[in-house]
Amino acid sequence: MEIIMSILAGTLFGTGIYNLLQKQLLRIIIGTVLISNGAHLFILTMGELKRGQPPILREGVTDYVDPLPQALILTSIVISFGVTSLLLVLAYRASKENQTDNMDKMRGNEYE
Amino acid sequence: MSNLAALPIIIPLISGILLIFLHNRMTVVRILAKVLTLGNLAVVAYIAYYIYQNGTITLEAGGWQAPYGIVLVADMLSIILVLTTNLVAVAAVFYAPSSLSNKQEHFYFYTFYFLLITGVSGAFLTGDIFNLFVFYEVMLMASYALIVLGGGRIQLRESIKYVLINLFSSVLFVTTVAFLYSVVGTVNMAQLAERVGEVEQKGILTTIAILFFFVFAIKAALFPLYYWLPNSYVAPNPVVSALFGALLTKVGIYSILRVFTLIFIYDPNLQQFFIWIAGLTMLFGVIGALSTNNIKLVIAYNIIPAVGFMILGIGLFNQTAISGTVYYLVHDMIIKAALFLLVGAVAYLAGTTDLRKIKGFMHHYPVLGWLFLLATFVLAGIPPFSGFIGKLLLLQAGLASDRVIIVIIGLITSFLILLSLMRIFIQCFWGEKDNDAYTVDKQAARKFTLPVILLLFFSVVLGIGAEFFYPIAESIGKYLMNPEIYIDSVLKE
Amino acid sequence: MSRPNDLILRSTTSLIAFILFGFSIYLYFAGHNAPGGGFIAGLMVSSAIVLMYMAYGFEAVNKILPINYRYCTAIGLMIAVLTGVGSFFFGEPFLSHTFGYLYIPFFGNKELATAMLFDLGVYITVLGITMTIILSIADDR
Repeated sequence: MEIIMSILAGTLFGTGIYNLLQKQLLRIIIGTVLISNGAHLFILTMGELKRGQPPILREGVTDYVDPLPQALILTSIVISFGVTSLLLVLAYRASKENQTDNMDKMRGNEYE
Repeated sequence: MSNLAALPIIIPLISGILLIFLHNRMTVVRILAKVLTLGNLAVVAYIAYYIYQNGTITLEAGGWQAPYGIVLVADMLSIILVLTTNLVAVAAVFYAPSSLSNKQEHFYFYTFYFLLITGVSGAFLTGDIFNLFVFYEVMLMASYALIVLGGGRIQLRESIKYVLINLFSSVLFVTTVAFLYSVVGTVNMAQLAERVGEVEQKGILTTIAILFFFVFAIKAALFPLYYWLPNSYVAPNPVVSALFGALLTKVGIYSILRVFTLIFIYDPNLQQFFIWIAGLTMLFGVIGALSTNNIKLVIAYNIIPAVGFMILGIGLFNQTAISGTVYYLVHDMIIKAALFLLVGAVAYLAGTTDLRKIKGFMHHYPVLGWLFLLATFVLAGIPPFSGFIGKLLLLQAGLASDRVIIVIIGLITSFLILLSLMRIFIQCFWGEKDNDAYTVDKQAARKFTLPVILLLFFSVVLGIGAEFFYPIAESIGKYLMNPEIYIDSVLKE
Repeated sequence: MSRPNDLILRSTTSLIAFILFGFSIYLYFAGHNAPGGGFIAGLMVSSAIVLMYMAYGFEAVNKILPINYRYCTAIGLMIAVLTGVGSFFFGEPFLSHTFGYLYIPFFGNKELATAMLFDLGVYITVLGITMTIILSIADDR
């Protein structure tokens, strides 16, 4: 199971980076979403995948799952949610101001 | 008393939120922002004094015990950096109203400014590597907002690149933490330090160490990864550039300093690698500074060799070198802020950033001119100023461990830094009186000078008062070289 | 501009939006010991509001929900931080939480924790931030 998940995370990273290297702004943003999802999946995999009870103390339960990776993923999801939405607003405004969404044309020069 | 450690994070956070409500009364916001910043400085100064007297404070957030919960560790290194951060913040908040346009201030400048301080202080204080990531994000989130402040065409364009590079390094950070968690099963720095020593396979740990270095090197702008820095630090308003230049890259350096003196200390090859990175960073950074005629860009490029000096200290890895790094870190935070503010004032008053178009500034603004010269001397490390002491310690440590080449590179870099800044001084401040190019506005100049004087005052004190400050830096160096002290103060065994 | 024919959207929204509101409150209270919580509940309620914006148009929703979402963010953050700071007054470490039991008629004996207050802060913050971001793009023409 871990191996399949690792390959999936790797695929997400790969496609994400491919999209990140495109010129179109929206594709770049999709790339960032893909790589952050790859990272989240990766954290889950690294914390050992197993079936168990939620980590809340109850009687008669011995098999708990590790809560820490889940806490890390939740934090990370919230952060990437924030950054992605900010990036979308930013990209929208930037493409409107610069009248292009092509990164090649957004290069600029030294004295501005 | 352990709650003291959280105050430098909570006070700016609450201040920032409070100022959202007063958004429509800009005069009140301005005054309140100043008062709150000064108040925070006073609190931090008290905490620093308390730690100086009583030793490290650790706060277990929510009462969860050390390896399980999140800890905030306020030791001497952290609190000194937080104190310096707040000094820079005071200068910035006094500089802001005259530098920012009304529209930019209404874009919640002060809120994001306080959030930036929150993130930076948090990153310095945390004792948990994932929490470090969270505070990085708080800091970056605020910086994303600050860089687009006002939303000009150039700012929007540069900010996209800035956000993307930082987003990528953040994702890498999370992935690296996941790797580390799978190998050692903890994210608490003290416990990490303990367990890393016990791991059998050092190969995978070295990979993780390099990944961490890569992540922090992007933030700190080290040699092959500094390309994003200069343009994105030039795009925003000078006061924002000053905050970025003084604080953001230094958080990266602090993280390297912490992680590579506490956790990954088993492999001397890593340190060897740092020294070469340091040399290349210095050379390429200073060449960048000489390559441009844009005065703001010159200062932005000057961040890079300074970062090189600090990483050199971590690479040399002995007590003198680490003390030198700490000294240099504090010195550089103050002086970079001062230089960005000065150059921002020059650009504002002259209406251009092209150094060939500005001349004879000295005739109109003598105080500004002499301050710039003083700042140049401080940065380049002319004795007895603070830059000299930091560099002296680093180069001494370099000579002591027989690394002559890197010492020579360091000396050449220092001269070139001096040259790059003297170019600005000679071109812009010396020369014929030029009445047509710009309108003289002495009143605005006076508002700009006050915060700069404050920063330079501390910078000079740091140099002349080396008698007093050096023992502190030395004790921090000693403390960092003995990670057991840190581990004991957190895990209390 | 011709009026769009969105009868189905409008009539289902009036139903779905309220189901979403209700569900978000359920999620918020479930969040302490079961799946749910302030973040997801905040997203849920903001999706309901966005749906209403889509169905009824900008002016109409602004009239029935005259909320400044920026203040919403600030209030939420303030609640969350002050819950953490509250522990200072009891001499406990920052962010400490406590809980107790309260008898509510009809629902029976319920556990109440100060973590709920923190979660309320998260709820309002998420609502505020999501709506601020969506509206700042939406009303830009």
